Amino acid sequence: MAVRRLADPAIQPKSFAFTVENLNWSKREIAKYPEGRQHSAVIALLWRAQEQAGGWLPQKAIEHVADLLGMPKIRALEVATFYTMFNLAPVGQFHVQLCGTTPCVLRGADKLIKLCRDRIGEPLEATADGKLSWIEVECLGACVNGPVAQISCVDAPAAQANYDYYEDLSPESFTKILDDLVAGRTVKPGPQVARQLSAPSGGPTTLTDPALYARGNGGQTRKPALSDAEAKKSGEPANVREAATPKPPTDDSSRQP
Amino acid sequence: MLEDKDRIFTNLYGLHDWGLEGARARGAWDGTKAILEKGRDWIINEMKASGLRGRGGAGFPTGLKWSFMPKQSDGRPHYLVVNADESEPGTCKDREIMRHDPHLLVEGCLIAGFAMGAHTCFIYIRGEFVRERERLEAAVDQAYEANLIGKNNVHGFPFDIIVHHGAGAYICGEETALLESLEGKKGQPRLKPPFPANVGVYGCPSTVNNVESIAVVPDILRRGAHWFASIGRPNNTGTKLFCISGHVEKPCTVEDAMGVPLRELLDGHCGGVRGGWDNLLAVIPGGSSMPMIPAHQCEHLLMDFDGCREFKSALGTAAVIVMDKSTDIVRAMARISYFYKHESCGQCTPCREGMGWMWRVLSRMAEGRAHKREIDMLMEVTTQIEGHTICAFGDGAAWPVQGLLRHFRHEIERRIDEYSANPHPEPVRVAAE
Repeated sequence: MAVRRLADPAIQPKSFAFTVENLNWSKREIAKYPEGRQHSAVIALLWRAQEQAGGWLPQKAIEHVADLLGMPKIRALEVATFYTMFNLAPVGQFHVQLCGTTPCVLRGADKLIKLCRDRIGEPLEATADGKLSWIEVECLGACVNGPVAQISCVDAPAAQANYDYYEDLSPESFTKILDDLVAGRTVKPGPQVARQLSAPSGGPTTLTDPALYARGNGGQTRKPALSDAEAKKSGEPANVREAATPKPPTDDSSRQP
Repeated sequence: MLEDKDRIFTNLYGLHDWGLEGARARGAWDGTKAILEKGRDWIINEMKASGLRGRGGAGFPTGLKWSFMPKQSDGRPHYLVVNADESEPGTCKDREIMRHDPHLLVEGCLIAGFAMGAHTCFIYIRGEFVRERERLEAAVDQAYEANLIGKNNVHGFPFDIIVHHGAGAYICGEETALLESLEGKKGQPRLKPPFPANVGVYGCPSTVNNVESIAVVPDILRRGAHWFASIGRPNNTGTKLFCISGHVEKPCTVEDAMGVPLRELLDGHCGGVRGGWDNLLAVIPGGSSMPMIPAHQCEHLLMDFDGCREFKSALGTAAVIVMDKSTDIVRAMARISYFYKHESCGQCTPCREGMGWMWRVLSRMAEGRAHKREIDMLMEVTTQIEGHTICAFGDGAAWPVQGLLRHFRHEIERRIDEYSANPHPEPVRVAAE
């Protein structure tokens, strides 16, 4: 486990309160959970507080959330220090979370880690202009597109989507992304090589049968799918569908006309 | 190889509309009411007959798990909890479901909820998946708007779906840690028993299922349990999303039949191992928690639960991490140990202390700065961790190290010999935390 402490008291703001908009949002969030179970919303509220505070969680923000949910302050502090996506100290405007777990390393994440060190500096320390900071994170869950980085943005301008994944990175494409972000240019999330998301590069090897998608034209001329009545009979070669005369289930008002 | 018409996730690569219209055109939400009208018992029996085993790693039969839920409510509500906290290194299948075929998941939630009398479903999605969460929430909203779910929906079974998110903790993928996190606490696993089916989220009966397990349910029930059971081998039935990462020409996520030979999987979809099959060093067949399988055993490896067990590994989440001969295998495993050190929740001492210990020893071994007797000591430490913790995290961290020692002991010994022939000052000192 990681040792995580709150930021130096010297840089902690004196107070924190949700804006009216965020407060209303919080109330809606709390209402999603059963009555008396409002503590469940703590992660969502802390996340919102982090966004409002500029990408990190000051102590006052954690306490504000605790008060809002009627939970002891220590419980909210526990949550804030346990989950690693909560930054306990200020980060740069663009916070790069670079995956350094084995599948990404096999595809060359080491070079990107070195690049971050050279270009940005030590982990969690923002550059002098406050634009960039970085941290090596554990698996981001996009391993077939490794190496991967997730870049979050404080005060995300409309043109820049927040928390996007940048996939299939090379030192060159990664440098270009960092350059573009600092210069305020739009960057393209997703795979940085010619490739359809998680499909093999060069085109999918599966799902190429047009019959799969012939059932409807945007749902317009759709023929009914098989229903249970026509399910496989035992003893048949079961990967052959008996689709001779598919009948729609009787009395199913979920179906579109 | 599996034929296209037998694939369940027809929008795996996001080439088509993910929304309700597109999902309906591909067959989702078709005859859902007819399925529900057949009743709880029929659904659970059909799921048992299909032989579906949980897709989250442990491979527990899904139908059986559902049948553990109390038949009659004792006044406490029942909950369905979907585990979308996908963070096992190598695994990235649920992400594709949630961003490209979310309606299969939403429909599966309704059917699964009906089968266990749960009127509320929580989908716990990992914090990093922000875009995927937005997509899933949009799909849930669409389903509400079309009155497919909700208080007075067309299916006549009141059902609510709440999308909940975490904030970056691997351990929250463990089912009881997930429940703790859902209740707004630190994600530290609970002692079992009581099992979640009796005392789960908010102290109520709950069932936790993986995203893929739930998302395949509608198709199994629509096409029939026999169809699903006819794919693969007995006890290892159906189709499965495989994520192949690492040293292959074209890493990808692909749906194929259970029991597909590893070589066919790599050659057929991924353009083969980088530098040819002979360049293969080892694969991890099921996400980082599973022991590796060396190249000479991979030739005959069938990718299903029993096939992997034959080689003292496990299918896990079917996340295949391929390593060719250029891999520094000891360092790769040391990095996996670091992952577990970082993600241990700190509750049980063998895990909290043992993870850092294993990582530090492996890091030294990667450079050869170790004694040969430490290899056996490391093996003993892994067995001290394995089975001595509240949850399976300790096992999952110990197994990859055991796999390394079992198959690549000679490599570690070679490095130790090399280093002792030419000892040099310690390059970096790593502080014990």
